[in-house]
This record gives sequence, C-alpha cells and structure tokens, in this order.
Amino acid sequence: MTLRHPTVQPRAPQEDRPTKIDVEHLSFYYGDKRALEDITIGMRSNLVTAFIGPSGCGKSTFLRTLNRMNDIIPATRVEGTVLIDAANIYDSGVDVVAVRRRVGMVFQKSNPFPKSIFENVAYGLRINRMTTGRSELEARVEESLQQAALWEEVKDRLQESALAMSGGQQQRLCIARALAVKPDILLMDEPASALDPIATQRIEELIYDLKKTYTIVIVTHNMQQAARVSDYTAFFWLGKLVEYDRTDKIFTAPGEKLTEDYITGRFG
Amino acid sequence: MERVVRHFQDELEALQARLLEMGGLAEERVRAAVQGIVSRDMHVIDRVMRGDEPINALHIEIDDRCFRLLALHQPMATDLRAIVAAVKINTDLERVGDLAVNIAEAARRYVSHPPVKQLIDIPEMGEIAQGMLRDALDAYVRRDTGLAQQVLNEDDRLDGLKTHVFRELLNIMLHDATTVEPSIDLILVSRHLERIGDHATNIAEDVIFMVSALDVRHHPPTTVED
Repeated sequence: MTLRHPTVQPRAPQEDRPTKIDVEHLSFYYGDKRALEDITIGMRSNLVTAFIGPSGCGKSTFLRTLNRMNDIIPATRVEGTVLIDAANIYDSGVDVVAVRRRVGMVFQKSNPFPKSIFENVAYGLRINRMTTGRSELEARVEESLQQAALWEEVKDRLQESALAMSGGQQQRLCIARALAVKPDILLMDEPASALDPIATQRIEELIYDLKKTYTIVIVTHNMQQAARVSDYTAFFWLGKLVEYDRTDKIFTAPGEKLTEDYITGRFG
Repeated sequence: MERVVRHFQDELEALQARLLEMGGLAEERVRAAVQGIVSRDMHVIDRVMRGDEPINALHIEIDDRCFRLLALHQPMATDLRAIVAAVKINTDLERVGDLAVNIAEAARRYVSHPPVKQLIDIPEMGEIAQGMLRDALDAYVRRDTGLAQQVLNEDDRLDGLKTHVFRELLNIMLHDATTVEPSIDLILVSRHLERIGDHATNIAEDVIFMVSALDVRHHPPTTVED
C-alpha cells in the first residue's frame, strides 16, 4: 500500500532500559525432544516481561532455564547461553544455588512450608546465613512481608501456620519468601492462575510495585493479565519465539500473523 | 474457545451491518438535502429536516454494541482496532446526519428567495461528498486501504470547490446587496458539504488504522509517494 502521509507507530509507554538477562541461541532438550529452539531474547532491567503462548509452547520451560531450575529434571540438556549481567549462568563452575538466590521464583500453586508465617520468610535467610542476629532477621522478614504487601494482614499472627492463610495470602507469602534473600530477578510462573479476581488484582498491583526494585519475568495464560502487568511480551509457539515487542504493540498491532491469530483467539 | 470466538465474530458482523445501515441512511440524507436545494423542493427539504431520528437511534445502538463487545470480550489487536474504529465512525456518521439537517435548514431559507445563480458547484460537491462517504464505507467493509487512501485524496477537490463557491458568491454579493442572505446560505451549504467530506476522511483514516495499525491523522500530505 502506498500512503500519501507519513505514519506514526504506537508509542512506547516509557523509555527502554538496559537488558538484565540476555539469552542467546538457547535450545533445550527433554531427552531427544527439542522443547526450545534457538531462542535469542533480551529482557530489560526493572521492567516486566511476559511470556505468552498455548500450552506446551515452551514458555514455562524457558522461564525455568533462566535460573537453571530445569537442572533438576533428569535427561535434559541446554545449548546456548543465558547471560545475567553479562555472565553466563551455564558456565562451568557457576554456583547454581547462588544463581537461584539471585533469580527467585514463584510458582503457579503457592507452596508455603508447613511452618509459621515468620519461618517461611526467614527460611532462606537462615539456610544462607544472610543475617547475623534475631533483630536483623526480624527486620528482614518484616521488610519482605511489606514488599509483598502482606505485612499489615499478618503482623499480629506471624507465628501462626502459613497453611491457615488464604490462597492469595499464601501466594504473596511465597513472593515474600522469594524476596527475603534479595534477588535481582523474580520469575513468576502463572502466579495468579489459581486465585480469585481480587487476589489476582493484588498480585498484579504487587508486580507493578516490585518492578521498581526487581526485573520480573512472568508466564501467564491470561492475556489480559499479560497486557495489564507487563512492559514487554514474548509470544512462544511450538518451542520457538515468534514475536517479542513492547506489550502495547503486541496487543494492539502485532507484527506476526501467528501472534495476531493467537491473541484474537483464531488459533489453529 | 472456538464457539466463543464465533459468537464474537457474529457480534462483530452484526456491528458492521448496523454501521453500514447507518452509513446508507447518512448518505441518502445528504443526497436528499442537496436535491432539495437544487430542485427547490420544500417537500424533500422538510423530509430531511424531520427525519434524523433513525440515525440518532442507530448512533446510540452502535455505541451500546461497541461498549458491550469491549466489556464482554476484551478484544485485542485487529478486533480491538475494529471496534475502536466503529466507535469513531459511528460518531462521524451521526455528525453527517446532523450536517444534512443543517443543509436542509439553509436550503429552506434559500428557496424563500429568488435563485442567486444556477447551482453547478453545490451539486458537484454533493456528488463528491456522497462518493467519499460511500467509498469510505466500502473501504471499511472490504478492509481496503487503497480505497481509503483515494478518499483522503478526494478531500482536496472538495476543499477547492468550497473556496471557489465562496469567491464566486462574494463577487455576486458585492455587486447586488439583495443577494447577501441567499448567498450566505449557499456558502453555508458548501461549508457543510466540505465538513461531510472531512468526516468521510476521518472514516477513511480509521479504516487505515483498523487494517494496518497505521495512524495517518494530522500529517501534512505529500510526504510519501512512490
């Protein structure tokens, strides 16, 4: 089409930031089956990146390559590099525990330990010996619960069992637990899919607040959620990264037909 | 999932059909208003002045449909652009209906005076404005950005004729003060027709946005041409 007028593309909501995670030519195998194919993507610092795509497209697998969580699955193999602050987390000699401390993770189903609320948050601090005394430990637990927007609800019952909390509170507790060890990056795998709309909204507001401090990567089946919470969105399909762009661009004017078909529900 | 999508598609098609119906009504009213002044037919003029209700009813109905589709389906990408475009086109078509009434009002005053001149440019402007409306709506239905671009190009012709009408009538008024009142009404008619062209242009711009996600509004013309 020839247009007589110059054109303006939809604008970015904010300026771009440097990349925190640079993935280059990453492929991932379950045995002989290649689940991820030559993924190259840069995720920006202090922004939220969302991964979307149909079930089985590899988005959760990809998320788990970002803190080597797939290492615990037998017969899996990774090719390519995942650079966090320019250092490859798959280099030999890298301390995997240290990687996971820097790159925290929250799962679809909240998984608090069968311990008190306080001990759930304190757990990572204790085993990593990250605090020197009781008062520092308490201060860090409070700070983490504050960051997870949970403190006001639980400050008077810190010694009660975490399992007595509501689903939404348990999920925020898991976020507080992840934050306690002061990661740089927070990976979230469907963090609100089991929650009601109000609890979901609280998690989404939390994500919005947390990106001031953390780089966040979220996998979600809920496209409205990806549109609401993320700055950048990556669309995966059959283990491939089809399109990666600003979220406003992906959801108003995607560049690839496959993306368009997926987000408008005309897939397959 | 597929059933829901089909339901949404059905709703989207119904929205498009109603918008086209409204476009047809608006176009017909412009045609009738211009015919009224050219043929000095008070019956036709009165009919235009009284007949705005169906367009106003469609205006509200289409807005409601768009509102419901946005709220219930939360569409994205091309679907989102199609509904946003429909909201805007709806407003443009309602304004076209109002402008047809304005033309009829000027026509009623005009025919109460002897003719100032033989009307040549006004019917031509009416033809162009109706054609632009028709093409803009065709472009909407066919998702045809080329046709939408033609509508944008046509707008210059309408602007040129409006200027011509103004100069010609200014000259007539300067020579004969008794022609001032009817001449001003003819100038108003040309102004209303030019505004109808602007609304058709808006619709064409919305079609380009809907199809290509390109925003071509508010740019000086003739920058990209191959």
